[in-house]
Amino acid sequence: MAKKVLFYLNQFFGGIGGEDKADFEPEFRAELVGPAEAIAKNFGDDLEAVGVIICGDNFFGQKEDEARAFIAQVIDEQQPDIFVAGPAFNAGRYGFACAGACQVANEAGVTCVSGMYEENPGLEHCQSFAWVAQTANAAAQMRKALPLMANLVKKLAAGEEVTPDDDKYFAQGRRECILVEERGSVRAVNMLLARLNDEEFTTELPMPSFDVVEPAAPILDLSKATIALATSGGIVPNGNPDRLQSASAQQWNKYDISSYDQLKGDFYTVHGGFDPVYCNETADRVLPLDALRDMEKAGKIGKVYDFFYATTGTGTAVANARKFGEEIGKELKEAGVDGVLLTST
Amino acid sequence: MRLEQNLIYIKDVVLGDVNKVEDGVLTVDVEGLKAAVMVDDKVKDVKVDIAKPGEKVRIVPVKDVIEPRFRKDGRNGFPGVTTKYEETGNGAVNILKGAAIVTIGDMVGFQEGVIDMWGEGARWTPFSETFNIVVDITPIDGLDPHQHEVVVRLAGLRASTFVGLAAENAAIDETKVFEIGTMAEETAKYPDLPKVLYVQMNIAQGLLHDTFFYGVDLKEIIPTWFHPFEELDNAVISGNCVAACDKITTYQHQNNALTYDLYDQHGKTINFIGNIFSPELTTLDGKFRNCDYCAKLCDQLGADGVIVSEEGYGNPDSDLVMICKRLEKRGIKTALVTDECSGWDGTSQPLTDTAAEAVAVVSSGNVSKVIDLEPADKVLGNLKSAQTLAGGWDGCVEEDGSLKVELNAVIGATSEIGYHYASVKLY
Repeated sequence: MAKKVLFYLNQFFGGIGGEDKADFEPEFRAELVGPAEAIAKNFGDDLEAVGVIICGDNFFGQKEDEARAFIAQVIDEQQPDIFVAGPAFNAGRYGFACAGACQVANEAGVTCVSGMYEENPGLEHCQSFAWVAQTANAAAQMRKALPLMANLVKKLAAGEEVTPDDDKYFAQGRRECILVEERGSVRAVNMLLARLNDEEFTTELPMPSFDVVEPAAPILDLSKATIALATSGGIVPNGNPDRLQSASAQQWNKYDISSYDQLKGDFYTVHGGFDPVYCNETADRVLPLDALRDMEKAGKIGKVYDFFYATTGTGTAVANARKFGEEIGKELKEAGVDGVLLTST
Repeated sequence: MRLEQNLIYIKDVVLGDVNKVEDGVLTVDVEGLKAAVMVDDKVKDVKVDIAKPGEKVRIVPVKDVIEPRFRKDGRNGFPGVTTKYEETGNGAVNILKGAAIVTIGDMVGFQEGVIDMWGEGARWTPFSETFNIVVDITPIDGLDPHQHEVVVRLAGLRASTFVGLAAENAAIDETKVFEIGTMAEETAKYPDLPKVLYVQMNIAQGLLHDTFFYGVDLKEIIPTWFHPFEELDNAVISGNCVAACDKITTYQHQNNALTYDLYDQHGKTINFIGNIFSPELTTLDGKFRNCDYCAKLCDQLGADGVIVSEEGYGNPDSDLVMICKRLEKRGIKTALVTDECSGWDGTSQPLTDTAAEAVAVVSSGNVSKVIDLEPADKVLGNLKSAQTLAGGWDGCVEEDGSLKVELNAVIGATSEIGYHYASVKLY
């Protein structure tokens, strides 16, 4: 059975009109126009164009909920396998609308294809799930953009592999682990030889770029401050009641320590990335509740917060860690905690 | 140095009452093997099994893998560990190629792993292709974890030396000769070839995170230059380091893939001037000292290019990029080998540290990739232990014996000395 393709165009490329028609209310038309028609022209028997949604860019921007609801309804009626939006080149409002339309389609489980210029602000809203062809910044390059999008539609419909390099789309950022023909040592030797001979090579791991976190303002009076404990050291009550993972954590946990003066004896670590023997003798060596209680009694700090927070750092994906941090930070903020002693291993 | 590897290709293994090889079939003297391990009075019991390629056998929790060998002209064993110290890397060694000792037994720590001999799991470990003599070690009661680890580590080495006795009089199928003279000699021979060093980073961080060179704990050394053949000839043993997927087992030290592949190029495209250990320490001071010293050593030896391999992930990522940065600043070109933690869906940041100088990096796979493993006909060891491995979790073992784990838990899956075939592709 042929795979169904649904298109999305703005008022301009949909042939309705220019800026004066930018508030055009979305419509579904079975007859293709403009870029949609051009892309569908070369479809074989395995692809069937079911129609095009045309929506004014200002309409999408100003009445986004309405536009999205309309798109969702058409998708529900037409049941497309592939959704093609744009190309939007460097048009900001159009790019944003294409990204929003793709989000609706993606949520409905439909494969999304678009085309944008690298600086189009819509790109970041759909790059992670849509296959967005790399286009020039202006519609003058339409002839180059359409074959790229058509190629993506065909290959994705046929279940063929596409890659950013071969198929000229913006990488979605998904790093798929695969088995290859040459073992790693051979690849490394070849890469070094290429460097020594000033030949071309491709790194398998482009370096990540990091966030810069701005430090919070200092605590002016510790004697009145509530201090919380948090750790990536995998500290949990004996028996690990919440089943925290020993590596590659998928969760964080919090435990009530309001009735404890130390962790020794009742807590241990499940962290799989360091020698746990000394920690298991006295978990305070990783999460120093004992020392903090002494400071509390001496009046050096106001109060130890009633709960500590724990996850396992080793092998834990940064995306997970970022999420844990946001969740834990929000709780601590809401609880009025002034400072956090964050320990690792 | 000149090392002769006399290879005896093993095509099958049977348990029996004598050590011998006939027509490629290795017979293992089971009672003799047990006795060889029980010389340690901290070993209470030993069981021996066989696992062959293609059999629906799952081995877990695996501690170490060791290649059985025999030395005619020197101390037979692991100098500085199971025998007295002796320089290695010269002379002839008989190798039961295709056989491996695999040690299992009660868990010591989280860094042990799984070997599946068939199906999906077999694709991800190099040790599904070896005929495995599985040695299940039960220590006496009351040992603390550090003592327990020493017991199983030494038991595996002794078992490999005992089984290796079968190589003493076996017919040799092939002899490979490795020869590299002094740096002065080789440089005179190949004056125009770029000088290349191999920096091997090793976890050196305590229980189940150690590596030993002639018995010396790498925690205690600063980066050291050594001859590549010493490692190929039993001078280096694994202290069962880090997560199963990227620990360098003793077998992989004995057969370091980067050393083999660099040697292949020696005299052709490069002048391979040796290996350096760079221990990965836990303290920031230690990292600065070792990374600085490592780069200085490479510079002092006149290297034009360096391959750096990591062991483990997380904090050692810092050592990796710190060494790279320092080498590049000294004008030495580098290529790095590391695995990555990109999360279950592959969308997370792959490394925990970064350097603009790291332009040539081989990825040996995503340790967090989840694989589904069907039930085995036979489990050697304890299937439930998979739940406490790094890369397993409570509930990852199903009632029917099927298993869901991250590559983290699979022995050698993302080997950072490039011993296996995993990589990562960006979509």
